[in-house]
Amino acid sequence: MKTFLATVFATLIATSAQAKLNIVVTTPDLAAIARVVGGDQVEITTLARPTEDPHFVDAKPSFIVRLNKASVLIEGGAELEIGWLPPLLAGARNPKIQSGQPGRVLCSDGISMREVPTTLDRSKGDLHASGNPHFMVDPMNARIVAQHLADAFGKLEASSAGIFSANASKFGDLLDAKMLEWEKTLAPFKGREIVAYHNSWLYFAERFGLKIELFLEPKPGIPPSPSHLAEVISKMKEMNARVVIVDPYLNRKTAETVARGTDATVLDVAQFPGGVKGTEGGYIALMDYLVNSLAKALGDKK
Amino acid sequence: MKSNFLWASSLALGLGALTCYADDPATVEKLQQQLQQMQENFNRTVREQQTQIEALKKQLDQIQRKESIQPKGTIPSSPPSVAVPSAPASGSETKPWSPTDPIRVGGRSAYVDLSMVGTFAAGTSTAHDIEGGTQMGGHDPNQRGFTTQGVELNLQGAVDPYFRGNANILFQLDSGGESFVELEEAWLETVSLPANLQLRAGQYLTEFGRLNTQHPHSWGFVDAPLVNGRLLGEDGVRNPGIRLSWLVPTPFYSELFVGVQNSQGGTSDSFRSDHAGEPFLGRIWEERGVGSLGDMLYSTRYAMSFDLSDTQTLLGGVSAIFGPNSTGGNTDTQIYGADVYWKWKPATAHAGFPFVSWQTEAILRRLQAGAFRNDFNGSGTLDAGEDVFGDGLIHTAPREGLTNWGLYSQLLYGFREGWVGGLRGDYVGRTRRASYELAYGDDSDRLSRWRISPNLTWYPSEFSKIRLQYNYDDRDKIGVDHSVWLQFELLLGAHAAHKF
Repeated sequence: MKTFLATVFATLIATSAQAKLNIVVTTPDLAAIARVVGGDQVEITTLARPTEDPHFVDAKPSFIVRLNKASVLIEGGAELEIGWLPPLLAGARNPKIQSGQPGRVLCSDGISMREVPTTLDRSKGDLHASGNPHFMVDPMNARIVAQHLADAFGKLEASSAGIFSANASKFGDLLDAKMLEWEKTLAPFKGREIVAYHNSWLYFAERFGLKIELFLEPKPGIPPSPSHLAEVISKMKEMNARVVIVDPYLNRKTAETVARGTDATVLDVAQFPGGVKGTEGGYIALMDYLVNSLAKALGDKK
Repeated sequence: MKSNFLWASSLALGLGALTCYADDPATVEKLQQQLQQMQENFNRTVREQQTQIEALKKQLDQIQRKESIQPKGTIPSSPPSVAVPSAPASGSETKPWSPTDPIRVGGRSAYVDLSMVGTFAAGTSTAHDIEGGTQMGGHDPNQRGFTTQGVELNLQGAVDPYFRGNANILFQLDSGGESFVELEEAWLETVSLPANLQLRAGQYLTEFGRLNTQHPHSWGFVDAPLVNGRLLGEDGVRNPGIRLSWLVPTPFYSELFVGVQNSQGGTSDSFRSDHAGEPFLGRIWEERGVGSLGDMLYSTRYAMSFDLSDTQTLLGGVSAIFGPNSTGGNTDTQIYGADVYWKWKPATAHAGFPFVSWQTEAILRRLQAGAFRNDFNGSGTLDAGEDVFGDGLIHTAPREGLTNWGLYSQLLYGFREGWVGGLRGDYVGRTRRASYELAYGDDSDRLSRWRISPNLTWYPSEFSKIRLQYNYDDRDKIGVDHSVWLQFELLLGAHAAHKF
């Protein structure tokens, strides 16, 4: 009991001593940007793990405690977290992060969303009513999100607004410089076809002039069937698509089977920093990995 | 690029002419560096402007959409950040709605999220008393052939900035084919009470154990566990009332619930229910009014959860319900429960698979039953309307305590995407024979019984499922029965979110 009380007091003292913004972020990619923008003025907790399927995170009760103590909640939005965030928010009883509050940051705001369905029809699979939510794989969207976060943090912590804004600009400049490099690296492969498991690479493909239009799952959220895979294999041969990209949470065996039938390479990729080895460094490290490994795979399979 | 080059070379020439160092290689390199920097700056400016244009366009688009949706001068009751940016396709919204257009609800584009879950079963059993006999739950398969287990309509959304609302209305066909409607839940809940408190008011499922607060379509099995059906009643415990819950400020998750509800009706079976005039636990349960606050139903629960590792989570709780029962004027019932839920899901799970979960609940009911004699008019003989047991006898039972208990334990293994194998074991029993049982024979509502149920579920998508289940059912004094049920389910409308 004594030690318990001591811990409680220690926690209370610690909480009052640090005036850092307590931020909870749903996915690791947004967390990486928040870390860059917030610097040491913020304390960040990420809910989804980098290797995890962001659509199907378990609504663990421990997340309720984290959300209860948060002063900011950053989410991707566009229904990415619809399967698990609502019950957590209902339990969190934290008015600061209810929707519409300054502490609730929806990163999809200000992004030009793609594939917004004109009709909602689940016979086409589990479509997102607000468009394809995997927008962070376009570095230019990461730039918008960084600015968005700087504004949001600045509103909540006016004294550090300048720092946040400077951090975001610095990150933006770095992205711009890197962008030239990435574009140059991928320039020789403009128009090349790449096969993915789920339609989560649209924004990346569009930014770098690649084509990622062939998917191992027949419709969003529908598991691959043998007949669909056979169709994918024949289409790959037709299009001369020789690289299959797989996220860490997807079935690599399915991809390997398809690759065997088409003499293609399976490339491990991730939407989130830390999802693949060597990407733990953050957003830039992730993009470096994606661009370089893709260029290598495409170069090897002419 | 070409023009850049020309421009750069003329600049270089000009500079060269001015400084007369045109042939110095260091200068050329320096100029080349300058040129490259200028090009980069130029590209960056273009990109920045592009980003700004995109952001502004988006803002403008949002403002235009807002104007087109909201009548001028009104303030939306739900925060605009929810209602507006996530609205689908702006094109379809600017067009006025005409009666021939389909009505689409759900998602986050409406003030209320609407969904419907239909659950059906088909199958057979060797038992002669399926409904209320082998199958104890009110939404279990209830006959050979087909059963409409329930068609559940759910509405939920933000009421205003202060409350969140939720309603579950259940349509069902009974075993005779008659339609009926049940109000499962309809409540509002506070959004921002201070001190980590939350208040829920309305008709709600009593916070007891794990299964009682879940709707049948989210169970891992076709039917209700025996212990829930027998001790909490066929529909579980739910009634109108209020509930306060407190998120305890511990470093781990822990929550305390305290509720007050009405204590009458078939949805509080062990309390002030009249059991439709049928004998229950050796007695006819008489209508008993509410005299004081002590005649309400009180419930409490304390739940806590720990993340054992990155991939394993444990959630457990203890619960209790207290209230009067209508076996006498001064008799009451206490129900106690303990539950535990453990789940493993690897860090690279896809669409929620694979996973292993284990769930166990134990429930104990202590019921103080009043003295009873079915010679209601005290004439000493069995008169018209007094032969409630149908055996021509006057039954006499003293005031006595009746204790029953039971538990179930279930294991679910999601072995590949969309596929789950399950195994459940059930046991219910009594502590000792009651005096009415000694006199008139064992009561099948108290006899011990166990059941084993393996099953296999296939989820073609998140929105449908097909489940096959076998029950091996062994009832003391009755014998063994076998049942096979095939369950199928559909979900329309708003995307379901799952509590842990």
